[in-house]
Amino acid sequence: MTKNILLVGVGGQGTILASKILTLGLQKANYDVKMSEIHGMSQRGGSVTSHIRYSEDKVYSPVIEHGQADVIVAFEKMEALRYLDYLKVDGKVFVNDYEIPGMPVTSGQAEYPQGIIEELKRVADTTVIDANKEAEKIGSSKVMNMILLGTIIGSMNLTNIDWDQILTENVKPQFIELNKKAIKCGIELAK
Amino acid sequence: MSKQQLMTGNEAIARGVFEAGVRFAAAYPGTPSTEILENISTYKEVLAQWSPNEKVAFEAAYGASLGGARSFASMKHVGLNVAADPFFTVAYTGGNAGLVVVTADEPGQHSSQNEQDNRNYARHAKVPMFEPADSAQCKAMTKFAFEMSEQHETPVLIRVTTRVCHSKSLVELEDRVEKEIVPYVKNAKKYVCVPANAIIRRGEVEKRLDTLKEYSNNCEWNYIEDNGKDVGVIASGMAINYAKEVFGSDVNYLNIGFSYPLPMKLMDSFLKNLKKVYVIEENDEYIEDAVKMLGYKHICFGKYAPDESRFLPAYGELTSDVIRKAVNGGKGYVASFDRSKVLGRPPALCAGCPHRGFFYELGKRKDVVVSGDIGCYTLGFAAPYNAMDFNCCMGASVSGANGMQKVLNMVEGNEKRVVGVLGDSTFFHSGMTSLLDIVYNKGNCITVILDNRITGMTGHQQNPGTGFTAQGEPTEIVDIEGVVRALGIKHVRTIDPNDLTLMRETLDWAIALKEPSVIITRYPCVLKKMSAHDKNEWPQMYSSKCTVDADKCIGCKLCLRSGCPAISVKDKKAVIDKTMCVGCSVCKQICPKDAIN
Ligand SMILES: Cc1ncc(C[n+]2csc(CCOP(=O)(O)OP(=O)(O)O)c2C)c(N)n1
Ligand code: SF4
Ligand code: SF4
Ligand code: SF4
Repeated sequence: MTKNILLVGVGGQGTILASKILTLGLQKANYDVKMSEIHGMSQRGGSVTSHIRYSEDKVYSPVIEHGQADVIVAFEKMEALRYLDYLKVDGKVFVNDYEIPGMPVTSGQAEYPQGIIEELKRVADTTVIDANKEAEKIGSSKVMNMILLGTIIGSMNLTNIDWDQILTENVKPQFIELNKKAIKCGIELAK
Repeated sequence: MSKQQLMTGNEAIARGVFEAGVRFAAAYPGTPSTEILENISTYKEVLAQWSPNEKVAFEAAYGASLGGARSFASMKHVGLNVAADPFFTVAYTGGNAGLVVVTADEPGQHSSQNEQDNRNYARHAKVPMFEPADSAQCKAMTKFAFEMSEQHETPVLIRVTTRVCHSKSLVELEDRVEKEIVPYVKNAKKYVCVPANAIIRRGEVEKRLDTLKEYSNNCEWNYIEDNGKDVGVIASGMAINYAKEVFGSDVNYLNIGFSYPLPMKLMDSFLKNLKKVYVIEENDEYIEDAVKMLGYKHICFGKYAPDESRFLPAYGELTSDVIRKAVNGGKGYVASFDRSKVLGRPPALCAGCPHRGFFYELGKRKDVVVSGDIGCYTLGFAAPYNAMDFNCCMGASVSGANGMQKVLNMVEGNEKRVVGVLGDSTFFHSGMTSLLDIVYNKGNCITVILDNRITGMTGHQQNPGTGFTAQGEPTEIVDIEGVVRALGIKHVRTIDPNDLTLMRETLDWAIALKEPSVIITRYPCVLKKMSAHDKNEWPQMYSSKCTVDADKCIGCKLCLRSGCPAISVKDKKAVIDKTMCVGCSVCKQICPKDAIN
């Protein structure tokens, strides 16, 4: 069975590194893996997505179909709602309780929508995570992305993969310990 | 050595170039192709260069191939329009060592001004073509394309699409095989394209195609998967993967990886036993037309059904959802939720972008028509500036402005001035010849070159003005003002666009002139990795932050007209997001109450 994970967020939030670490782990566990990213243009602040699909058999398409994501992990809450139509009927949403306003809001043309979390909860099995607060507890708001990665690892039962090793190979030495802690924290939060 | 690695299609093409023993690669950046050359440039064994435009890149690769090294060029789909001229004629001559070109198409137009199917170029120029479906094929086909190029004395085209370029899948790494430089031997009959020679080569092209047509029917890239069904799918490139998700083993497949010339005999034998065939290809009806030509229109479901009604969408990506929807109305559950709670995130110029001061001033003027171009600065068209009237392709800002100004000047009492706006990389790409047109043909429009010292939009590539090559070597810094003067423009000013008063006065100056003028705004892109040269020229650059003095702020929102994403007004007071602000001071100059420090 092919599993589908969708990471969504806003440019600059570290979704790309999180999905890279995830795919490397899945590869190590001998799954066939495909990943597709749409990251827009070089200016910051656009909506970004990473589609990750893996299976013990062959995976063909790198793109998740609507209604097929086992998990959606949103680094920003409005982004969770934007892509909610990708979620499977019994899929799970992990949403970072974090707001990035975007141009229409900062320029005063629109208000940041109220009640997003409530709407997510109404429609889907939703776990709200304050990744920023958790990250600061660990020691740096920069590891928000690794906490959210941890929630995927926890919810998809991927804890038997040697994530410490993958971090060691792909993260700057001074950040390895911090990132390890962040992933563990995410795994706990997903329970 | 045998090692598997997850790679994007672009990384895999670069790896293929490396393993194939290529020594020379040239490109001009453009989504989704940019990372191909960026990755090639990390291999020391290959001389990799950014050329000023795609025509130059292709011609340089052609020359390098004649010189005897395996050579390579890559570009986005519209780039091949620019390189089309040499592409068609090099199809006659072929190279000396292998010559391979990548075109990266954009079904769905994720970041392009149009959607075009460059498979048509293969047929049009009579150049053999591959369409890889994943990263492993990207590498394998790239390597094989060099063999084919040498064996058949032809350039070879590889057509990829955004999802192939930017998706990761597993690739088996192999070693590089060094290729000796093939001695160049003068052969005017082959390489000098005067009519008498070219007509002979023309015949050779047809002979080559006959051989390749046979090859296409029997090659490893085009193959049938027979699941014993009477329904079939023919697909090429990424569409194969989408189709397999939808149909699984319920159909027979004809996978097409070598798609020009198409394997007509193989297709015929595949189609013969079918009651129905789905042709799944992104963009145009390239394979579908061939299926119909073979006489299978009555069973063919592609962009059109047999009764000529629309079946698959004419444009956009043909992801599994899209195919499923056409085939059986789509499947099952899709969450329904309150979409009104989702706002768009339109792209905006970065906080502190040096294009901002210019567009703020230009947007206020009613006496201009703005002829735009392609780059980050295209966003000047949007609110709050609304400072662009039209744009089409790289370089067109300047030539378009010239033409328009000439006609507006014919109108009695016209006061409108046309301003052509383009970036530094775009100026080097194709703005220079357009500027020459203004000088030579006595135009009098205004040109503004937004020199942010880098190629911003595509992710900050070096260009002839930045002082570094693609491989990071220091090189000559081409002086834009010098070029402009050399082209014959007499009125040129280079200014700091973050100084709004100066910006305004300079626009006034240009508009008042009867002759053509050029304004160069010179200030580095915020996201640029600054060189020692930049740090020396702008020692204070981006080193401070601005803050709002809430006591002075009256909440008038004028500062929002800067369009800076770092500034917003909450509860009648402006606030500046400290993490984003880079202290460009544009908002500070706009504030009428001196409330920003
Ligand atoms: C023929 C062609 N080649 C490449 C591109 C891709 N492209 C779009 S904008 C751009 C670079 C623009 O750089 P510059 O003019 O310096 O403006 P900036 O983005 O830095 O403001 C490129 C390469 C294109 N649209 N058309
Ligand atoms: S990347 Fe550079 S040029 Fe483009 S919007 Fe940002 S600051 Fe401006
Ligand atoms: S322009 Fe000045 S006074 Fe007006 S809202 Fe902005 S900071 Fe306040
Ligand atoms: S100084 Fe003003 S305009 Fe410039 S980056 Fe800061 S908030 Fe934006």
